Amino acid sequence: MLQELYEFFKPHLLPLLYAAVIVLVLPLLAGYVVLLERKVMADMQARLGPMRVGPHGLLQPIADALKLLIKEDIIPESSDKWIFWMAPLLSVTAGMLAMAALPFGPVFQIAELNVGLLFILGISSMGIFGIVLGGWASNSHYSLLGAMRSSAQLVSYETAAGMAVVSAVILGGTLSTRGLVEIQAQKHVWFFFLAPIGFFLYLVASIAETNRAPFDMPEAESELVAGYMTEYSGFRWALYFLAEYTNMIVVASLATILFFGGWLRPFPNVHALNFLDYLPMLLMLLVAGYSLYRAPKQPVAIQKMVMAAVAGLCFLLAVALALPQFAPAGTLLASMKPGLHGAFWFLLKVGIYLYTFLWLRFTLPRYRFDQLMKLGWHFLIPVSIVNVFGVGITVYLSRSTDEGGMGWSVAAAVALTSVVTLLAAAWLAKKGEHEPAPPATPESV
Amino acid sequence: MTDFLNSGFRKTDLNSDANMEQNVETTVLGADEIIINMGPQHPSTHGVLRVKLKLDGEKVVDSECIIGYLHRGVEKIAEHRTYQQFAPYVDRMDYVAAVSNGLGYCEAIEKLLGVEAPPRARVIRTILTELQRIASHLVWLGTHALDIGALTPIFYCFREREEILKIFEKYCGARLTTHAFRIGGLQYEAYDELEKDTERFCNDFEHKVDEYETLLTSNRIWLGRTKGIGVISGEQAIAIGATGPVIRASGIQWDIRKAAPYAAYDQYKFDIPTGKNGDTYDRYMVRMEEMRQSTRICLQAIQNIPTGPIMARVGKVLKPPPGEVYHAIEAPKGELGYYVVSDGTTQPYRVRIRPPSFVNLQAFDTMVKGHLVADVVAIIGTLDIVLGEVDR
Repeated sequence: MLQELYEFFKPHLLPLLYAAVIVLVLPLLAGYVVLLERKVMADMQARLGPMRVGPHGLLQPIADALKLLIKEDIIPESSDKWIFWMAPLLSVTAGMLAMAALPFGPVFQIAELNVGLLFILGISSMGIFGIVLGGWASNSHYSLLGAMRSSAQLVSYETAAGMAVVSAVILGGTLSTRGLVEIQAQKHVWFFFLAPIGFFLYLVASIAETNRAPFDMPEAESELVAGYMTEYSGFRWALYFLAEYTNMIVVASLATILFFGGWLRPFPNVHALNFLDYLPMLLMLLVAGYSLYRAPKQPVAIQKMVMAAVAGLCFLLAVALALPQFAPAGTLLASMKPGLHGAFWFLLKVGIYLYTFLWLRFTLPRYRFDQLMKLGWHFLIPVSIVNVFGVGITVYLSRSTDEGGMGWSVAAAVALTSVVTLLAAAWLAKKGEHEPAPPATPESV
Repeated sequence: MTDFLNSGFRKTDLNSDANMEQNVETTVLGADEIIINMGPQHPSTHGVLRVKLKLDGEKVVDSECIIGYLHRGVEKIAEHRTYQQFAPYVDRMDYVAAVSNGLGYCEAIEKLLGVEAPPRARVIRTILTELQRIASHLVWLGTHALDIGALTPIFYCFREREEILKIFEKYCGARLTTHAFRIGGLQYEAYDELEKDTERFCNDFEHKVDEYETLLTSNRIWLGRTKGIGVISGEQAIAIGATGPVIRASGIQWDIRKAAPYAAYDQYKFDIPTGKNGDTYDRYMVRMEEMRQSTRICLQAIQNIPTGPIMARVGKVLKPPPGEVYHAIEAPKGELGYYVVSDGTTQPYRVRIRPPSFVNLQAFDTMVKGHLVADVVAIIGTLDIVLGEVDR
């Protein structure tokens, strides 16, 4: 009996373990993305950012989470209590479910689906229900306006994002997330180089989809106070926050898989660049060394200890990345290399993608709602349709070449279709522009 | 209490929506118009302005500004203070431009007394007032950009404003509500490095303005959010009595520094920037240019600060002859006027203050009609109101 049970669960043990890791680590990761955001923001705004809790604010996310946990849980009297209670859970669940089909490396993946991409797109759109229901259940005008904006925005940009994803699917010929990365390995080229415009369309659409600035209409704090989460507080509010950052990680992972070769090292097949394999451990060593160097400079003893612990952690990671690299081939250790290094490259690429999110957020003013809709329907969707045709033509033109990678004919085809798409985009942008008012010139007396 | 409320003192009960609700109409899609309250506690009403908006979807059909949440009775207080005692109170009206408020008040009383501040005092007053104009415009720029969603400029603006506040601190010990001037001149002699500090600041600041402009001026999103938003024509602006950058952006060249020079403004060369369209973008451009012109005035002024006394001969006890006087200056936000009536005693009989924010706020209803909720905050920002001054 026990034996049978074990046999039944045996294939599911590893996925279950992975799922547990994701559920446990993701909130922490989201917390540290918030810290990263605050630090990047501070850097761009000529200030320091969180510095008090832990050295350089390293324990701030934990303190924030604790604070939110013990806050009073307020449910407004006039709200629809059940829906108010359920809405944030819906958002978080959708975000976490989408993670199931993401390959964080050649090994680390909960479920390998042959329609993984479709699954991720479908499930992550479910998160909007949490926002709309939460805004509606709050029974407040600001929440309602935020929820309305959010739903309209997501519906509009989902189309453009989907079209951008299609361009990668055409190139890969599969809907499996793992398959997409493997095909990029076979073809010796990231799809970014074959469909650059597709990537930029996805970048814009994914920012809009995750409600991030400059498209953060649903929660524009200067207009709608906090949009759909105005009435939320404490841990329920934190769940919305978690959902937002989970969604960010999901779209960043998706972009990495679709356009940047997922867990692949840059130029995985060029042996002359094999030294790049040493980069992960060197990077971790560098971080460890810097932390160790900063440790004695911390003002308080406990901060010195935390900083030393950070250094130790980074050193351990460096060792973990180094051991499989130097282990003799064929041993168990050496077989762990693709998994560990894959995860490193994957997270690095996700991090860079997230950084562009933050960068844009702190640089650009916010769109107005009607302008956002116009951008979505009159510009992004037409351009993404043209782009799909362009990618199709690229595939057609380069089908006869056996060069695999970036042969000259493929490069020419990409350049040609990109230029055509850009021309179409420029024409659309020109057409969409309303009569600009004559510029104001300061006149002297 | 209820008697008071029912006595007809208030025509409408401000705390109910009944007034507006009578006019709620059903819109094309069959949905009702909704009424939302923006403020007095709202992140972007710049203090305690309350705006009641009637919305059709997100479009503003009707609006009503409700003020008075920061009323402190400044004008009434004046009637129970001596002329000198009242001077610090005016700093608390437009608290981001305290120096300008003080200048207007001191000059009004000097006019009433028939004395004139010595040339040295007048030049130092001009320098500090122009620095204050820059500081006030920096606060406006930062908060305006923040309202429109640009998170970063406010930190750059406050970084530069800090330098100005440091100059104030070195001069008179206070940073925000400075009480920098006295009736008849100045209490404090300029500190040794005032010229050097001002020169350093002005020379650096020109590049800083360029820096803000690279972030905003030709940014497509910024253009989309400000061009054609909150348009007010020159005639309309004159009709409601708008002044300052609001009227200049509508193409009217009206600046009291040129029209009726005070302090030492007649000695310096500067331009009055004007716009054409009277929209939010033009007001932005006008204020940006005004900051440049202010540095120009400061740089001219420090070249030649006359020597001599800093205080005119006024007695310890001020007893202006009976009479009345109106004196206006060009504060950062527009015409700041003081109408002072003296009955020959040590206390003013009446002080009436014409605050620019209060008058400019009247343009709000005209500007906002037909725009979206997002534009409401842009328009509140572009009017550059300070509620301490609106409510007094």
